[in-house]
Amino acid sequence: MKILSLDSSGNVASVAVLDDRSLIAEYTINHKKTHSQTLLPMLDEIVRMTELDLGTIDAIAVAAGPGSFTGLRIGSATAKGLGLALKKPLIGVPTVAAMACNLWNTPGLICPIMDARRNQVYTGIYRFTDGKLETVEDQMAVGIGELITNLNGRKEPVTFLGDGVPVFENQIRETMQVPFSFAPQHQNRQRAGSVAWLGMQYYMEGKTETAAEHRPDYLRVSQAERERAAREKKKAGEDPSVLTCPGDAV
Amino acid sequence: MNDTLILAIESSCDETAASVVKNGREVLSNVISSQIELHTLYGGVVPEIASRKHIEKINQVIEQALSDAGCTLDDLSAIGVTYGPGLVGALLVGVAEAKAIAYAKKLPLVGVHHIEGHVSANYIENPDLEPPFLCLIVSGGHTHLVIVKDYGEFEILGRTRDDAAGEAFDKVARAIGLGYPGGPKVDRLAKEGNPEAIVFPKGKLGDNPYDFSFSGVKSAVLNYLNHAQMTGEEINRADLAASFQKSVVDVLVEHTMLAAQDYGMKKIAIAGGVASNGALRSAMEQACREHGYRFYRPSPILCTDNAAMIGCAAYYEYRKGTRHGWDLNAIPNLRLGER
Repeated sequence: MKILSLDSSGNVASVAVLDDRSLIAEYTINHKKTHSQTLLPMLDEIVRMTELDLGTIDAIAVAAGPGSFTGLRIGSATAKGLGLALKKPLIGVPTVAAMACNLWNTPGLICPIMDARRNQVYTGIYRFTDGKLETVEDQMAVGIGELITNLNGRKEPVTFLGDGVPVFENQIRETMQVPFSFAPQHQNRQRAGSVAWLGMQYYMEGKTETAAEHRPDYLRVSQAERERAAREKKKAGEDPSVLTCPGDAV
Repeated sequence: MNDTLILAIESSCDETAASVVKNGREVLSNVISSQIELHTLYGGVVPEIASRKHIEKINQVIEQALSDAGCTLDDLSAIGVTYGPGLVGALLVGVAEAKAIAYAKKLPLVGVHHIEGHVSANYIENPDLEPPFLCLIVSGGHTHLVIVKDYGEFEILGRTRDDAAGEAFDKVARAIGLGYPGGPKVDRLAKEGNPEAIVFPKGKLGDNPYDFSFSGVKSAVLNYLNHAQMTGEEINRADLAASFQKSVVDVLVEHTMLAAQDYGMKKIAIAGGVASNGALRSAMEQACREHGYRFYRPSPILCTDNAAMIGCAAYYEYRKGTRHGWDLNAIPNLRLGER
């Protein structure tokens, strides 16, 4: 079995090809250029370097969110176009769960955090048991303080990774009451290899979708929808400050 | 000679569209998934919502376009896609999708300027139309008066200094409570009104006789409304719509006729969303008849954002050898004639 994978959910653009035995290629860029300009040329480089016939791929795995809305759509539209043209299924892999797979079999809890602005992080809490990823808390958008409180209550060591680390490192150091560590550079950002690896598990569990069905999971509604919902609540005489929308508070 | 089949994709604003065009002018399919109802709730296009809808619909729209045309990706010669101008997030969906399909099928990729597409809509229903001709492009985002010197080659004579013509329609429509989208609603209401009832100023600019300005007339309408409200005067909305529309249409037609005379152009075309405005179509047609010019305008379905026009423009670019790389990016403020 062979999986092609894409991740353009954050600053990193990453493309990989993974089969049952090995990671055949992984190309990761963490630079300013837009994903629109990098993602497909990176795939092209992999195809040429590994003499890959795209027709031999079984499925396309894509980091399906959360992440930058535009970044997610570039990855998603690229995956959908490839799926349509190659007549292959897609596998939507939760971005944060894939990041946790960078730290396979690390003891304790694994907590990827992505800076979600508005003082929130996109995160989830994971653990490996006998080499299998277990979801302790599903991915969510949550205030960093709330996340730390949650982790402190679990009395287990935590490994953090993700682009939220440099943003919230001080707060983590000051308020974490359980042992914690930060993943090193080669493991602390999105990697398409991890998306492919987790995607392969999903594929074997039958968790695929058609290219037409696939859409990103943003974990947040758009600002316009949020503001409109607040206005509607206000009109109805309710307190708009208690508004919650999917992902705003969990 | 083999037929050239192009699959075109358009997602620059709030329509997700795909089309298969044969040899540039024969439209085999033209699928448009409109989001207008969704954006009506917000009184205008919300970019993030538009982008989300594009990604949900794009594969279905493309598959429908292929099946309506009775062809598969294997029959195609190239993929055309709008890469600007427009909403960047919306454009990116079409661009990423088009690049991936072209890459996987080893097909040439042709990026198309959205406005070049609008101009090209005129070729589809007028087999005899060929450059050079004069074209007035009017939409919610653009107001350009150009000479189409050759396929894909433009000399811009005039442009708006402030609001686009369609933007002025939208703003006035909002002010008189018609809602979004404003153009068709003003057009409809104006039919019941007297265009001579109120005299609004016509935007005139000294230095370039072909440029446009619509913020003046828009402000005049808003002032008129404010004044009426303060004095408790009853407003006839139909008269107001008709008078505003006349003021805009008169300027569009006058500048076009002036340019036609100055540059000796005998063929006049209109393009863009506002080109489906009834008053503009009949006023331009009449002016052309009086001057002995040939007048071309696309059917309303080809005035709105669609992919058939992109397929047509892509065909002429393809024939000229235009090819884009896998690093093609969306360019929200792409200028006409630039690539």
